Amino acid sequence: MTAATALPDSAGRAPAPRSRVFRRGPLSWRWHPRTTAVCVALTVLVLVLGVLVMATGTIQLTPSEVLAGLTGRTDDAVARKVVTDIRLPRLLTAVFVGACLGTAGAVFQSISRNALGSPDIIGFTTGSATGAVAQIVLINAGATATAVSAVAGGLITALVVYALSSKGGVTGGFRLVLVGIGVGSMLAAVNTLLLSRAGIEQAMSAEIWLAGSLNARAWEHVWPVAVGFVALLPVILALGRHLDLMEMGDDAARQLGVRVERTRLVLMVAAVSMTALATASAGPVAFVALAAPQLVVRVTRSVRAPLASSAFMGAALVVAADLLTQHLPVNAAIPIGRMTGLLGGAYLLWLLTRSRQV
Amino acid sequence: MTSTLAAQGLTVGYDGRVVSTDLDVEIPTGSFTAIIGPNACGKSTLLRALSRLLAPRAGQVVLDGKAITEYSSREVARRLGLLPQSSTAPDGITVADLVSRGRFPHQSMLRQWSADDERAVLAAMTATGVADLAEHAVDQLSGGQRQRVWLALVLAQETPVLLLDEPTTFLDIAHQIEVLSLCRRLHDTGDYTLVAVLHDLNMAFRYADHVIAMKDGRVVATGAPDDIVTAELIGAVYDIECVCVPDPVTGRPMVVPLDADRPARPTRPALNDAPALTTTRETR
Repeated sequence: MTAATALPDSAGRAPAPRSRVFRRGPLSWRWHPRTTAVCVALTVLVLVLGVLVMATGTIQLTPSEVLAGLTGRTDDAVARKVVTDIRLPRLLTAVFVGACLGTAGAVFQSISRNALGSPDIIGFTTGSATGAVAQIVLINAGATATAVSAVAGGLITALVVYALSSKGGVTGGFRLVLVGIGVGSMLAAVNTLLLSRAGIEQAMSAEIWLAGSLNARAWEHVWPVAVGFVALLPVILALGRHLDLMEMGDDAARQLGVRVERTRLVLMVAAVSMTALATASAGPVAFVALAAPQLVVRVTRSVRAPLASSAFMGAALVVAADLLTQHLPVNAAIPIGRMTGLLGGAYLLWLLTRSRQV
Repeated sequence: MTSTLAAQGLTVGYDGRVVSTDLDVEIPTGSFTAIIGPNACGKSTLLRALSRLLAPRAGQVVLDGKAITEYSSREVARRLGLLPQSSTAPDGITVADLVSRGRFPHQSMLRQWSADDERAVLAAMTATGVADLAEHAVDQLSGGQRQRVWLALVLAQETPVLLLDEPTTFLDIAHQIEVLSLCRRLHDTGDYTLVAVLHDLNMAFRYADHVIAMKDGRVVATGAPDDIVTAELIGAVYDIECVCVPDPVTGRPMVVPLDADRPARPTRPALNDAPALTTTRETR
């Protein structure tokens, strides 16, 4: 067999790069050097950005002071408090929120076979916001209640979208996107309605929540999203190959032994939970779920966005956005959700103008 | 007649519509069976039921002596492969990567790419003549090449039973012959039981050795093409008037429809005495 020259596909992309094989005894895996390299590079990027985030702010620290604060080997009580109680929770919230959104985006874009099928476009983030805003405006029982309502709002919205878009046990890809956008616009209107009915103080605190923020994140914001991510990621990764097969169509996947509807339901529940937990922690952080998988596809030249890489990319994006919001030459700190919205919106426009399919 | 795959008292349908009631079908082991019949007669529905993609409302599908529902999904996928009517190749995927997905039912979390998988994928690509295209993007290939790649995926599955749902639809005549010749080569090895839904009757009778003719959800006739195909049968199945003549190349039945607007000329050329019959091979 002669080595065939790799031809670009119709989108002008080079075909997916070759994989390597690892075999030992009955064990065997395939891995992609390029994807692995991207994961390593993104991890390094997150670490570097993380140290920068930890070092900057009203109190400037050197990287070694940051490390000393982290390991507790410092006598400077202020530095230790700033590092472990203020900046580390903020950084970890950013990392896990980004990782959750990146993973959830990759799952939904694959299920809907559409870049626009990410949870922030198809209404799940808006649904979480509705839950949170309703809690703030109608009940006002504090931050924990807001987080719980955000999770509940996201899950209920996902349930409604799933029920409306499934037809005879089959959830069509494009149908999911359209129904999701419809439900999302309705919920956005509900959110505005709730705000206009609220008293000025509640409206203010709801608005602040809606902007998405990493300010004043404490450990109580970190734990739910971190535990959720660590618990749900293995479930999603285990079904990654099923996801590959389902992209060929339901019949093709089922004839290969994939239980399509069950797999899809498990993946959707896991991904929606990730989105909802992320939203509960930091408010609606726009466009990360959309952009992270798309960027990963381009960088790794994969057919489908690799799930783990999307998590790393999401984390890198949110941490980078956080760093930007703190260093832009404007007086007020821009909320993280607005910053990702600005950057992501520009990226979405670029994506739409380049796409031949939408 | 032995049978690895059979439908017993099958009632199948979609939503509110019942397509077939109490259907009994046996697929002879080692045969190349063609299912023919007019549009919406239940051919594809039968194939979907046989491949457990569609759960029957009554009756059962028996695979290797056991109800197909008693196997796990992966076990069925190791015994029976289906080429669906339409599948989507993800953007930019290479031929080798797509074909290797056929190995899924043989793999597990810890065994994702064994030496066996590699051998089966290479064998499948070689059998379908796409090995040279292994590193090419699937969306760059011609329709015929692409169909051979999908066939390679099902072959890599290494199932003794292959179900093909309209494998030649949308292909031009050259690619139809290409795909069906490949099916016949597989059939000639004696290792496979092939079932294909085919629309082109003359192709079906030329390549298949067993025919199931369906109409309105019922099986009208089954048997070898030479034994069952007559102008009366085809006329009744498709509601057309036609004549049946021997295929000048293979001697198998060939259907020539009559034109309702222009009555047939009563003088048919006697094919056996016609020395001047030209073939494309001679004129080329």
